[in-house]
Amino acid sequence: MTIDENQYTSKKISSLSFGIMSPKFMKAMASAKVVTPELYDKEGYPVDGGLMDVRLGVIDPGLKCKTCGSKLKECIGHFGYIELARPIIHIKFINVVLDTLRCTCKDCGRILIPKAKITKSVEELERIGKEMGLEERRKHVKKIIASLKTINQCPYCQAKQEKITIEKPTTIMEAEKRLSPVEIRSRLERVPDEDLEVFGINPKASRPEWMVLTVMPIPPVTMRPSITLESGERSEDDLTHKLGDIVRINQRLFENINAGAPEIIIEDLWDLLQYHITTFFDNEVAQLPPARHRSGQPLKTITARIKSKEGRIRHNLAGKRTNFSARTVISPDPKLNINEVGVPRVIAMNITIPERVTEWNMKYLKQFVEKGNKEYPGSNYIVRPDGKRKKITDETKEQLLEEIQPGFIVERHMMDGDIAIFNRQPSLHRMSMMCHKVRVLPGLTLRLNPAVCAPYNADFDGDEMNLHVPQTEEARAEAELLMEVQTQLISPRYGLSIIGCNQDAISGNYLLTKNMELPREEAVDLLASVGITDFTSLTNKKMMTGKEIFSFMLPSSFNFRGNSKSMPEDHKDYEVYIRDGELITGVMDKSNLGEGSGLLLRNIHKQYGREEMVEIIGRIYRLGIEVLMKYGFTVRVSDTDLTTKANEQVEAVIKEAYEKVAEMIQQFKDGTLEILPGRSLHETLELRILEKLNKARNETGQIVAENANQETDTMTMVKSGARGNLLNLAQMSACVGQQAMRGSRIEKGYEGRTLSCFKKDDLGPEAHGFIENGFKKGLKPHEMFFMSMTGRDSMMDTALRTPKSGYLYRRLANAMQDLKIEYDFTVRDASKKIIQFYYGEDGMDVSKSEAGQINVKNIIRNLK
Amino acid sequence: MTTTKLFNEYKELLPEKVLDDIKKYLPDKCTDAKAKIIFETVYGEYKRSIANPGESVGLISAESIGEPGTQMTLNTFHFAGVAEMNVTTGLPRLIEILDGRKTIKTKMMEVYLKKSHSSGKEVKKIAELLKETTLKEFLKEISINIMNMQMTIELDENKMKSVGLTTNKITKTLSKLVKGFKFKEDKKDPVIIVTPSSKDEALNTIYKLKETIKHVYISGIKGITQVLPVKRGDEHVIVTAGTNLKDLFKHDFVDTERTISNDLYEMESMFGIEVARQIIINEVFKVLDAQGINIDVRHIMLVSDAMTMSGSVLGINRYGIVKEKPSVLARASFETPITHIINASLVGEVDKLNSVIENVMMNQAIPVGTGLPGLITKVK
Repeated sequence: MTIDENQYTSKKISSLSFGIMSPKFMKAMASAKVVTPELYDKEGYPVDGGLMDVRLGVIDPGLKCKTCGSKLKECIGHFGYIELARPIIHIKFINVVLDTLRCTCKDCGRILIPKAKITKSVEELERIGKEMGLEERRKHVKKIIASLKTINQCPYCQAKQEKITIEKPTTIMEAEKRLSPVEIRSRLERVPDEDLEVFGINPKASRPEWMVLTVMPIPPVTMRPSITLESGERSEDDLTHKLGDIVRINQRLFENINAGAPEIIIEDLWDLLQYHITTFFDNEVAQLPPARHRSGQPLKTITARIKSKEGRIRHNLAGKRTNFSARTVISPDPKLNINEVGVPRVIAMNITIPERVTEWNMKYLKQFVEKGNKEYPGSNYIVRPDGKRKKITDETKEQLLEEIQPGFIVERHMMDGDIAIFNRQPSLHRMSMMCHKVRVLPGLTLRLNPAVCAPYNADFDGDEMNLHVPQTEEARAEAELLMEVQTQLISPRYGLSIIGCNQDAISGNYLLTKNMELPREEAVDLLASVGITDFTSLTNKKMMTGKEIFSFMLPSSFNFRGNSKSMPEDHKDYEVYIRDGELITGVMDKSNLGEGSGLLLRNIHKQYGREEMVEIIGRIYRLGIEVLMKYGFTVRVSDTDLTTKANEQVEAVIKEAYEKVAEMIQQFKDGTLEILPGRSLHETLELRILEKLNKARNETGQIVAENANQETDTMTMVKSGARGNLLNLAQMSACVGQQAMRGSRIEKGYEGRTLSCFKKDDLGPEAHGFIENGFKKGLKPHEMFFMSMTGRDSMMDTALRTPKSGYLYRRLANAMQDLKIEYDFTVRDASKKIIQFYYGEDGMDVSKSEAGQINVKNIIRNLK
Repeated sequence: MTTTKLFNEYKELLPEKVLDDIKKYLPDKCTDAKAKIIFETVYGEYKRSIANPGESVGLISAESIGEPGTQMTLNTFHFAGVAEMNVTTGLPRLIEILDGRKTIKTKMMEVYLKKSHSSGKEVKKIAELLKETTLKEFLKEISINIMNMQMTIELDENKMKSVGLTTNKITKTLSKLVKGFKFKEDKKDPVIIVTPSSKDEALNTIYKLKETIKHVYISGIKGITQVLPVKRGDEHVIVTAGTNLKDLFKHDFVDTERTISNDLYEMESMFGIEVARQIIINEVFKVLDAQGINIDVRHIMLVSDAMTMSGSVLGINRYGIVKEKPSVLARASFETPITHIINASLVGEVDKLNSVIENVMMNQAIPVGTGLPGLITKVK
C-alpha cells in the first residue's frame, strides 16, 4: 500500500494581495443569495435562502454541504450575499469617501487639479513611493488632499464646488443638505481611474464606489457556528444575530419601497439599515450606541474579532494551540542529568511518538502494540497508510497486530531518551524553551535538575512547566541540535555560562575545597555517590584533601587560572590554580561555579565541549550536595548571635548617629545648616540625615561582619555566595536600618507627622522610618508599620513594572524579529535593507565568545 | 620586527580590539615562529566565533534587552549621596530612549571645559554663569512707593558679582525686555527705580509688575535650571539639568568636542545621525549598567542601528520602526490591525511574505535560521 501521490498537493503561499471586493466579485464569490432572516424551519432544518443555508457550509453533524458536498469539519464554508435595497456606506472607508468627494468635482467627477499638474503629481507620488516607501507616499497623499479642500471651482467644467462636511458617523452633508449614499455612489463612479492615483487609490485594487455597498457578502456559517445549549436550545453567534437584523431591515426596506411608502419611512429604515451594517463591521464606533444582546452586553462583531490580543490575528494566527503537550507542577531532582526531564508515567502513557513501521523495526514496534494502551510502554494508536487512525485497546490489539505492515505508523508511548521541549512562562529568552531527554519516572510531577532553574527562572514553590513532544523526525532533529540544554549553556546576552551551581551545590563545594580532609574510605564513598567509577588515579594516601576530591570532577588535561572572590586577596587560596586537572590552590565559590559569573565553567565549555560540560556540572552539583548530606549543614538562630561587647558597640553606633541627627536638626532649626548646592534647606537636612543613618547601619553591618562567628553555616553561605549576604545577616542580628520610599525617608501620613504616636514636626530618626532593632530582637510597632509601608511600595512597584516591561519587550521583539544575518554576513531586515554591514562590527556571535570578546591573554598563556 | 609584518598581515582579518589585545599580551621575547602560531590560533578562534548566516540576531537582541527589563526598578531613585542630580533611570528611562521620545523627563548635559579652564578654580564661577537666572535671584528687596508711583528694586551686590553683572547691565536688560516702564539706575546703591511710562491705571500695572518682574530672564543660558560641578578624574566637569547646546557652544571655555547632552534629538540636530546612534548606545548601556545588568554592547548597537538606519531617529513603536515594515501582516500583527488592512486595500498592497510573522500566520517555514536555505532542485 502506498500513499496516493495525487491525493495531496503541497503548495507554498508566495504572496498575498489586498484590495476591495467589487459587487460583481461578491456575487461571483457567493454560493447563495440570502433573502430571509429566518434560520431554521419547524423541524430544525436550515431554511433555504436563510442565514444558515446549507449552501453556506455545515455546522451540524450528519448534514452535507450543498456547495461542496463535504461533511462537517471538512467543508470550510462558503460565502453568500444579499442585495441591499439601497446603497450603504462602509464605515471603515467613510474617511476615504469623504476625501474623494471633497477633492473631486460634483458634476464631472474630475479631480480638482488642472490637467497640467496631474501627471506631475502622480509622478512625484510614484517617486516618493519608490524612494521612501508606502508610508511616505500615504503622507504625501494626505498633503494633496488637504490642499484641494479649499478649491471651489472645477478646473474642467467650471462648476462651483460646495463645501462638504461630515456628521459623524455616517452622514455626509453638502452645504447644509444631506447627500444620500445613492448620490455619493454615483459621484464616486464618475471619478476616472487616472485621477484616483493622485488620492493614493489603486484602481486595479479598488474603486471608490465599491466603498458604498450595494451588495453585501454573508460570511459562511462555519465562522459563526451556533452552540447547542444543555437545554437543547440553540444559541446563535453574535454575527448571525447582526446579520439577521440586516436581512430583516433590508427586506422591510424592499417591501416599503415596492409598496410606495412615504419618503420619511423609507429614510428611517434606510438609516436603520445603515446602523445595522455599520455595527456589523464595527460595534465600537465612537458616536453610535453599540448593538447589544438582550442581556445588555455588546455584540462582538467583525472588528472586535480581528483586533487586540484576543483577536484573530494575535490569538489565532500569530500564536496557535498545540497538541502533544503536558503541564504540571515541577520539583527538583539533582540525580537527573542537567539535560534530562523527569516525566510522570501518566503523561508518558498519554503523549505518543509516531514511528513508521519498516521491515526492520516491525518486530520492535509490534511489542508496543502487543502491550496495548494500558501497559507501559505500549501504544495508543495505529495509523494506516490511507490516514485512518485506529485506537489500540485490549479488544482491537490482536486484530491490529495482524494487520500491521510496513507503511503503518505506530504511536507508541513516550520512553526514556525521547526528545521533549521543556518550557516555563514567561518565555522571555530562548533559554526558556530548551530540549531535554525524557526520563519516565514514578510520581506526578515534572522533574528537573535544580541547576537548570536559572535559565527558566524556576523555583519549586508551586511553579508549573510545559512539555512539548515534537512529532516529526525533522522537528526532533532540529530540537535536539539547536535547542538541547547543552547548546544553550552560554547565554547570548553576555557570553558566559548561565547554567551553573547554585545554593547547596556552591556551599558544599566551598566547604569541601576550603579545608576539608577526609579518610580515603569516605572520599571513595563520596565520589562513588556522585557517579565516579574510575578510581585508578586515586593515590594511596590515608587522608585525602577536599581539593583532591574535587579534582576528580575535572578532566585530567584541564589548566586554569582564576580567582576566588570569597578569599582575601593575600590568602594563598585566592588564586584558583588548576594544573593538569589538579586543583592546587583556590576555593570553589560562586565566582567560579555560579551562574553567569564563572570563567571556569566557560573554559571547560570551550576546551571540552558542551557534552562534557553538562556531565561536569552535573557531577560538581551532586558532589556539593553529597558533601552537605554527609557532613551536615544547618542554619541556626544562634548564627545571628553577637557578643555582649558587639551588641554594645552596635548600640553605641546607633546612639551616636541619633545624637548627630539631633544636632543637625538643631542646626536646621537655627538656620545654621550648610546648604548643599542646588538644594533647599529642608532637602539638605533630609539628605544629610539619610546619609548619616545609612552610614550608621553600614557601621553596624561592619561590626556584625567582624564579630559574628565565622564558622557558622550562615557565614559559609554568605562567604561562598550560595545565598544571602552580609547585609541580610546584619539586619537579622543588629539593625534593619532606614526604610526609604522614593529615595527619601518616610514622609507620608498625618499632617506634620507619620504616625499619631509621634509629636508634630518631629524630624527624628524614629519618626521617619529608621528601624534600630534587628529582626531577631523584634521590631517595635511603629517600626513594623514603616516596614510594611516600604514592603507595600515595592509590591506595587513590581505589579506596575511587569506590564510596562512586557510591552517594551513586545515592541522590541516585533520591531527586530526580521533582522538576521545574510549569507554575505550583513545584517538586514525583511526588505533587505542593510542595518549593519558586519554584525556588531566584528561579526562575532556573543554566545560563541567569552563575555563578548576573544580571550587573547588566555590563548597566549595556553600556548606557552 | 617581523611581528609588525604579522600585524599588517592580520590587520584586515582581525578586529581592532583583538589586535590591540595581542599587542598587549604578546610576550616581549617572542620568536617569530611563536608569534605566527599565536596569530594563527587567535585568527582560528575568531573565525570560529563568527555568527552564522541566518542567525536571528534581531530577536536575540530584543530578548537580551527585554528579559532583564523585568528585573529593573520602576522608581527613579537618586542615591543618598550628598550631591547627586535627580535623573530618570531604570525602566522609565529605557522606555524613553527606545521610544525615541521627543521630550524626555530629565534633560541633562555634561559640560566639559577646555584645558585652560578645567583646573578647578574657575569651575564654580563658570557653573554659576551657565545657570539661567531670573531677577528673583538678585533681589534684596522690592518696594512700591504709592505717592511717587514708582517701584524700587534693591539688588544683591554679592550675587551680581559672582555672575559678573552690574546694576547697569541689569537695568539695560530690564528695559529691553519689559515694555511700558522706565528703568533708572540709582547712583549710590545698587538700586533700580521703575516708573510706568503712562499714567493710566499706573498703580494697577505696577502692582502686577512686582510679581512678574521676578521671573524676568537676566543672564545665563536659557533652559539650564541647575548646575553641579563634578570632578572626573583630574578635571572638572559641570553637570547641568536642562539642555541648550546651541547657546552653550557660544561660550569659548566649553570643550565642544566632548560636551554632550542626553537629549537624542538635540544631539541629532547638532551633530547628525551617527552621534544620535552613539548616544542611544551610551544611554541604554548606562541605564542597564546602573541596574547591574550584564549585557553585551552588540545587542544595544543593533537596536540603535535599527532605530537610526533610515537617517532619522525612529522609535520602537507603531509610529516608528514598525510602520516602516514592508509587510501588511507584520504591521497588522503589532497594533491597530484594521487600519493597516484598510490602507493596504486602497493601494492594493501585496504582501510578499518574506519576514517572520506572516509565515507563522500562514503556517510556513520562517525565513530565518534553518528555514533560510532552500533547494536549488525543484521539489514537485
